[in-house]
Amino acid sequence: MDTLASRRKVLQMVFYIIATVFVLRLLFIQVLNKNYKQLANNNVLRKVTLYPSRGLIYDRNGKLILFNQAEYDLLVVPGQIKKFDTLNLCNTLGLEISNFKKELFKAYKYSRFKPTVIVKGIQSELYAQLQEDLFLYPGFYAQVRMVRTYPIAAAAHVLGYISEVTLKQIDKSDGYYQQGDYIGTGGLEQYYEKILRGKKGVKYVLVDVHNREQGAFNEGQMDTLAIPGINLHSTLDIDLQQYGEKLMQGKVGSVVAIDPSTGEVLAMISSPTYDPRLITGRERGKNFSKLYADSLKPLFVRPLKASYPPGSIYKPLLGLIGLQEQAILPSSTYSCAGAYSVGSSRVGCHHSGFVNNIIEAIQHSCNAYFCMSFRKMVDNNKYKTVAQGLDSWKSYLSSFGIGVRMKTDLPGVGYGFIPGSDYYNEIYGVGHWNSLTIVSLGIGQGEIGLTPLQMANEMTAIANHGWFYTPHLVKKVDDDTSTVLKIFKEKNIIPIEKKWFDVTVEAMKEVVEAGTGQIAQIPGLTMGGKTGTAQNPHGKDHSLFICFSPVVDPKIAIAVIVENAGFGASYGAPIASLMIEKYLNDTISTPRKYLEQRMFEADLIHNKFQQTPVH
Amino acid sequence: MIDKRKTNNNLDWVIILLYGVFVSIGLLVVYASSHDDSRPFFDTRQLYIRQLIWVCTSIIIASFILVTDNKIYTTFAYFIYAAVLIMVIGVFFFGHEVNGNKNWFEIGSFQLQPSEFAKFSVALVLAKYLGNQNNNLKSNKTKMVSLALIFFPALLIQLQGDTGSTLVFLSFFLVLYRFGLPGEFLALGLGVLTLSVFSLLIDKFTLIAILFIMAGASLYFIKRTKVAYFVIAGLFICASLYVTTTNYVFNHVLRSHQQERIKVLLGQEVNVKDADYNVRQSKIAIGSGGFLGKGPLHGTLTKYNFVPEQHTDFIFCTIGEEYGFLGTTLFVSLFLFLLIRILSLAERQRSKFSRIYAYGVASILFFHFLINIGMTIGLAPVIGIPLPFISYGGSSLWSFTILLFILIKLDADRLAVLR
Ligand SMILES: [Zn+2]
Repeated sequence: MDTLASRRKVLQMVFYIIATVFVLRLLFIQVLNKNYKQLANNNVLRKVTLYPSRGLIYDRNGKLILFNQAEYDLLVVPGQIKKFDTLNLCNTLGLEISNFKKELFKAYKYSRFKPTVIVKGIQSELYAQLQEDLFLYPGFYAQVRMVRTYPIAAAAHVLGYISEVTLKQIDKSDGYYQQGDYIGTGGLEQYYEKILRGKKGVKYVLVDVHNREQGAFNEGQMDTLAIPGINLHSTLDIDLQQYGEKLMQGKVGSVVAIDPSTGEVLAMISSPTYDPRLITGRERGKNFSKLYADSLKPLFVRPLKASYPPGSIYKPLLGLIGLQEQAILPSSTYSCAGAYSVGSSRVGCHHSGFVNNIIEAIQHSCNAYFCMSFRKMVDNNKYKTVAQGLDSWKSYLSSFGIGVRMKTDLPGVGYGFIPGSDYYNEIYGVGHWNSLTIVSLGIGQGEIGLTPLQMANEMTAIANHGWFYTPHLVKKVDDDTSTVLKIFKEKNIIPIEKKWFDVTVEAMKEVVEAGTGQIAQIPGLTMGGKTGTAQNPHGKDHSLFICFSPVVDPKIAIAVIVENAGFGASYGAPIASLMIEKYLNDTISTPRKYLEQRMFEADLIHNKFQQTPVH
Repeated sequence: MIDKRKTNNNLDWVIILLYGVFVSIGLLVVYASSHDDSRPFFDTRQLYIRQLIWVCTSIIIASFILVTDNKIYTTFAYFIYAAVLIMVIGVFFFGHEVNGNKNWFEIGSFQLQPSEFAKFSVALVLAKYLGNQNNNLKSNKTKMVSLALIFFPALLIQLQGDTGSTLVFLSFFLVLYRFGLPGEFLALGLGVLTLSVFSLLIDKFTLIAILFIMAGASLYFIKRTKVAYFVIAGLFICASLYVTTTNYVFNHVLRSHQQERIKVLLGQEVNVKDADYNVRQSKIAIGSGGFLGKGPLHGTLTKYNFVPEQHTDFIFCTIGEEYGFLGTTLFVSLFLFLLIRILSLAERQRSKFSRIYAYGVASILFFHFLINIGMTIGLAPVIGIPLPFISYGGSSLWSFTILLFILIKLDADRLAVLR
């Protein structure tokens, strides 16, 4: 039995070996390999993002114009459904039973334990009814969702909207955004994104094998609270904005109104506009594609991006530059023969007769006078070449914010276009062009382009006799530490003497009192203005008008562009003056009611050949 | 002539203490992995309360074994064997089907699994048969009878669909080996076991390549006779075939109803075609315990039911997750201590019956230990057998208690046995 007895040792050895193998394996799994810890956390830990409420936006008078409203989604966990009254639930929610059952089946097929959204975007009132009965439907839950809400359907372009972040935005955000997050797109929503969005919080929860929440992890020590977004106080007067949008109905164009004393934008209208409520909520995708496909481009922000040849409304600027450069004097005269002709060049003038001074030139918008003035300015003996003269002219315009990008607090602010010497050197070659080649710049036609915002800013600077604050749309951020508004407190000074502005303002007053802009007259208010017509190679000319009121201590400066509407006095001047009257007097005087009515009704989009109103 | 006091004097208190420790650990981890806080603490639907009831009844059974005459087992071994077989057969007619296994009797709300009791009855009957001086494992007749005694109940249990319990009967090869079965059988068995483990750990083509090199190397070392060539070639072919088929068998044959159970448990939540789900979750649970563990009742995967069947076959995960490497090492050491203690008990027996029986006990406990813990840490295939004294379940606790306490009783009476 000796050999058999030794087999006890063999068995013992086997026991020892197996136990040792187990301990080594356990050492590897439990101590050496750290992966299992991570895997275990992946199993039981869920990171839940807490979304802060987005900042609200008020208008200048404290009216709420953008806020968040609770909407509810109905979720279902199919595994928890018990028998329930389908008909009753569908009736409460106004759903078709067959559709509802189809959705329910889809949810069931997706997962029996994970919640699936079955009805989206239930409004608060409906939810209140549903909430009372919800206990009758085990397995159904409501989840609140905050939706951006526009109480007034106006200022869509200024406010912008929120949309899901793109992959590019996620990459650029240093890990702040995750897929499915919303981000401000366009308007104030985009420009003030970092202020409005607040700060997301995070909560770690433990879940069981069925993904059901089981409580906080680590007693919530790693959790962070969501910090709500900061509210903005806009410079917009939402009533004026709404009024302007109504006036611009049926017309393509822009209106920009600025309070000259502060640079605060009172109204910024891009027409055709759209109801901002269309691109929130359930139908968002469908409506967005519809707007996107619209040939009138309602999503295009015209006041910032559209660039128009300014035509005559730029003549006051040219006058100012000419006076400052001593190319002309206020008393300079010119005999207009209905055209400006030098050699083979000819610039027509709708006016003819003797111009006694610059005031008359502006008042009657004499093309010939300003061609003469422009050439004298760029050919000034001060400058060695016409190129230098032109660049000097350009730099004067830059000081008005023209041809440069103003630091207005909206995304997509355009430059407009002011050609300099390099532009013409490129086309004609250095030394192969002269002041006559570019004489059309003297009447604001040709290559030159201004955005509506720049036109309004030109008016502001003139109304202020030589200075302006950068036009902006937010006057206050509900947060002491924010410095974003600092640049809007810095005065921009135009390097032109005040006395030349006095002359120009005088002339613009004459335009309204006895010139081309008489239709803009408002009983009891003083006003300066200038009509303009922008040549449009593609169709009927654009109607332009800039004006401000009152002349002393101005409260509002405005630029109006109505595309394909012809002469400036036809639509531009009536609309601008109605808005001023509305803003300053709050009501439209009886004699001007007919004008208001006509502007409301005019539909240039669908009836392009409507008769130009007579005045 | 046999003094009752003598029994008490010679009781092996070390093993009884170990039994107490294991049963207590069992209660604790069953509580951790199954308590339902939405129910009252003392609710018979709470599994730990049921386990407590099983523990109490086990203690009554153990006491009963200790006070009754050990002749019941020595004399009536064949009778007990027959009775258990009849019970196992009875399940076919009166049994209750659970999870595809028709091997339960239902008594009230409690269930009894006769196949669990087959283990100790086979241990008894083997002891009785091989204990007879006339039966020697060198003779072919004895080999055949012993194998028949083992495989008859095993076959019945396999017919009931309980593969795990069937495989436990393989453990009796250790007993047969100890008492004279040629060593080649054990070597073969160990070889198969080693291959199974490696085939789960290493890519099968790599493994075949290693086997090929080993076959070549062994030819280099031994006498190169025709027979040697044939044997080694045959072994290589068999091993390669085994390696290529073993995963398939484990994944598709052995685990098919295991998969069904997971499916029922988890619904559509988990990709049930992934048969490794149990093992993966089990390894994650144990691995996440780290060195010190997450602390009693703080195992998050345990609490939130990530490991299926954690209170029964995967109970070791709870130990691993909540008590860490320290706890698992301590547990493995304690179990090893129990096994070694049983072996030393076996060797001090005067009667051959007792010694063989003791080896039977050690072999059964070892096999459960090997497969159960091996499976939770990914070293053994997923075969659903309980961890002795720890896993939730009355039948297995009763059966292990009876198994162990008959040994304790035999050991206590060892001096009364005449040589
Ligand atoms: Zn003229």
